[in-house]
This record gives sequence, structure tokens and C-alpha cells, in this order.
Amino acid sequence: MSDMTEIVKRISGVNPRKCMKCGKCSAACPAYDEMDYHPHQFVDMVENGRLEELMDSKGIYMCLSCFACLERCPRSVEPAKLIEAVRLAVVRQQDKNHLKPEQIPGLLDAELPQQAITSAFRKYRK
Amino acid sequence: MTYSYFPGCTLKTKGKDLDIWGRASMEALGVTLEELPQWQCCGAVYPQAKDEIATKLSSVRALVSARDQGRDLVTLCSACHHVIKRVNCDMAQDEYIRTRANNYLQLETPYAGETKVLHYLEVLRDEIGFDKLKEQVKRPLAGRKIGAYYGCLLLRPSKELKFDDPENPTIMEDFIRALGAEPVVYAMRNECCGGYTTLENKPYAAKQAGKVLDNAANCGAAEIITACPLCMYNLKENGGGRLPVKYFTELLAEALGVKEAEA
Ligand code: SF4
Ligand code: SF4
Ligand code: SF4
Ligand code: SF4
Repeated sequence: MSDMTEIVKRISGVNPRKCMKCGKCSAACPAYDEMDYHPHQFVDMVENGRLEELMDSKGIYMCLSCFACLERCPRSVEPAKLIEAVRLAVVRQQDKNHLKPEQIPGLLDAELPQQAITSAFRKYRK
Repeated sequence: MTYSYFPGCTLKTKGKDLDIWGRASMEALGVTLEELPQWQCCGAVYPQAKDEIATKLSSVRALVSARDQGRDLVTLCSACHHVIKRVNCDMAQDEYIRTRANNYLQLETPYAGETKVLHYLEVLRDEIGFDKLKEQVKRPLAGRKIGAYYGCLLLRPSKELKFDDPENPTIMEDFIRALGAEPVVYAMRNECCGGYTTLENKPYAAKQAGKVLDNAANCGAAEIITACPLCMYNLKENGGGRLPVKYFTELLAEALGVKEAEA
């Protein structure tokens, strides 16, 4: 896992050690209640090599990519990038896609914009 | 004045109203949006990881195509704008991404972020000017109380998007004012509506949409405008019909008298 932690740090470009643990990212996060680990915990847990727990968390699929945490972090740690990198670490593994094409027809409705499907594919599978 | 224009796939299908009224209004203002001869979907989410290159290439192709025509590139969908603008920043600033993308594309002239990317609203504000726009209004929307919904993608990250003040934006309110209506400012206008999770967690997307609409209604808005087809879907379909939601271009077409002319 330590290799994986390094990869996550590298592809996200995030240096968790810059974090001053103020919690502003989590306070700003609209998905806070939906996440088992919150943005500031992602930062802390990556720093402490607890990647496996993060990879098993449902929070990686609940992040909205709204960039509130990234915009409002006073230390430019950019937690959103870390959350995306952890999600990629999961979905890039074989058979670990979170969304399968077979599931799509059941999720469609008449008004759903293409954007919703395209973005879901891009976020949840590789 | 002619700009290159990237409509995006949603604007060709479910988001047609955003595109149709956007083009018709610009024509009325004497500006031509010329659709890029070939374009591919930008992918709808900006790939944040440094090693994601292939997923950025469709945006690079659009940027190169505009450069080769010697034009600025105009976007309309919030998501397209977000993705293309950020990929452009990468091409200008991130040597690793620039080198890898250029290696792959093998262009005659390598691309390094030269194209200027403008959102439609930025064209109205910075190229035409809201005062000039106001002069062109044929049917002022007097007495209408309208809440601007910014969402996230136009504003953040502000150091790349450079669209407006991310915490206290004014561009859409100024737009509403130019059309003769009254803008309603409310706290949730730059908070996420949760649209991206509509497939994953619909109850949550609906809850967030409800918060946005309640807040706008409580502050006195009678209608909402957006630039994002996903916000539109989420606020309208998941939001329980609390307030009518329109694309900002439809409002513009109404005020310019373009809508009646076409109907
Ligand atoms: S980007 Fe994700 S983690 Fe950050 S504030 Fe938004 S939802 Fe929360
Ligand atoms: S806002 Fe930034 S500095 Fe504060 S806890 Fe979050 S990541 Fe750390
Ligand atoms: S962001 Fe949306 S509309 Fe724009 S090209 Fe991509 S999916 Fe299509
Ligand atoms: S759908 Fe949500 S994520 Fe997209 S711009 Fe609208 S508010 Fe933001």
C-alpha cells in the first residue's frame, strides 16, 4: 500500500503535509453527511498511509467535484484532487468499475442530459 | 464579430434550448458563433489526475481548431466551459501534460494554450458590455424577480476559471439587471446542486436541489436561471417544481424580442 500512497500523492499533486487541520474543507463540503470519511480526513489518512480504508469508503463516489474544498482551503491543499486520485486508484483496477454499461438503461429517464451519463462514466470507470 | 463556438453534446440533444436561444440572441446582437467544424464531447468532467492525458485530448483538439482559425473559443454549457478552460490552463502551464498531449497529437504547430476561452456570459460582459446589451433590449423584463444559479463549474477553481469572484459573483445579476429584471441574491447560488450524483444517489441530489430552490424562493425569487444542463435537470426534475427554471439564454432571447420573432 505504501507504493499506492505514493502514486495517489503523485497523480493528485497533493502534498498532505501542507494541511494545517483547520477543517474548513469539510465545513464547506456539501456532501459531508453522505461521506464516511470527510475531505480533511482524506488528507490526514493519505499522510498516514491509511489508503486501504479510503479505497473501501463510499465517500469516493459521493464527492460532487464541486471544488468548494479546493477553493476554500487556506493552504491550497486541494482535497478534491486527492479524493479523485483515490477513486482512480480503485476504478483503474481490473473489474473494479463502479458503473457498468448494463446498468445504464435502468438509470435513464426522458429528461436526463447526456452530461449526466458521460460524467458518470468518466468518474466511475476506466 | 465572429467567434469559434463549442456547443457540446448535451446542447445538441437535451439542452437544445440553451443552444438555440444562445445563437439566436448573439445573432441579434451582431455576433456570429461559428460552430467548430469538428468537435468531440469534452467528457463533462475535468480529469484532475496529472497522468490523465487521453481524456483531455478532445478539449485540446477543440482549442487547436479555434487557434487554427485565428479565433477565440466561446462555450456555453458550464461543464464544457469548465473542462475546456482548465485543459487550456494545463496546456499553457503544465509541461508534462503539454508534452504528452502534443506527442500524441503530432500537430504541425504544437499547442501551448494560445487560444482564449470565453464563456458566453463573458462575451456579454467583456466584449459587448452590459450597458450595450441594455440598449438592445426590446422587451424589458420589468417586475420579474430572478435568482441566478451559478453552481460550481463556472466559478471554481477561481484561479483557473477567472470568471468572477467565487464567493460573491455578480455577472449573472448584472446580466439580469441589463434585461430590466430584478436579480435576487441568495446564499445557495454558488453552492453545488448535487447534480453529478443523480445516477448514484438520487435522493441526495434531490435534497440538494430542494435546498437551492427553497433558499431562492425564501429570498423572493420567482424564477431561476442557469447555464448548466445538469443543474437544469436536477433543479427541474429532482427539485419538485418549486420554482420555474430557465436557461439564461432563453431569458436573453425573450428580452431581445428574438423569441417571439421565432415562435
Ligand atoms: S469537491 Fe467533493 S469533497 Fe470537495 S467539497 Fe465538493 S463534494 Fe466535498
Ligand atoms: S481546508 Fe485545507 S488546511 Fe484546512 S483541513 Fe482542509 S485541507 Fe487541511
Ligand atoms: S460537458 Fe456536457 S455538453 Fe459539454 S461536451 Fe461535455 S457532456 Fe457534452
Ligand atoms: S450540476 Fe452541480 S456540479 Fe454541475 S454545475 Fe450544477 S451545481 Fe455544480
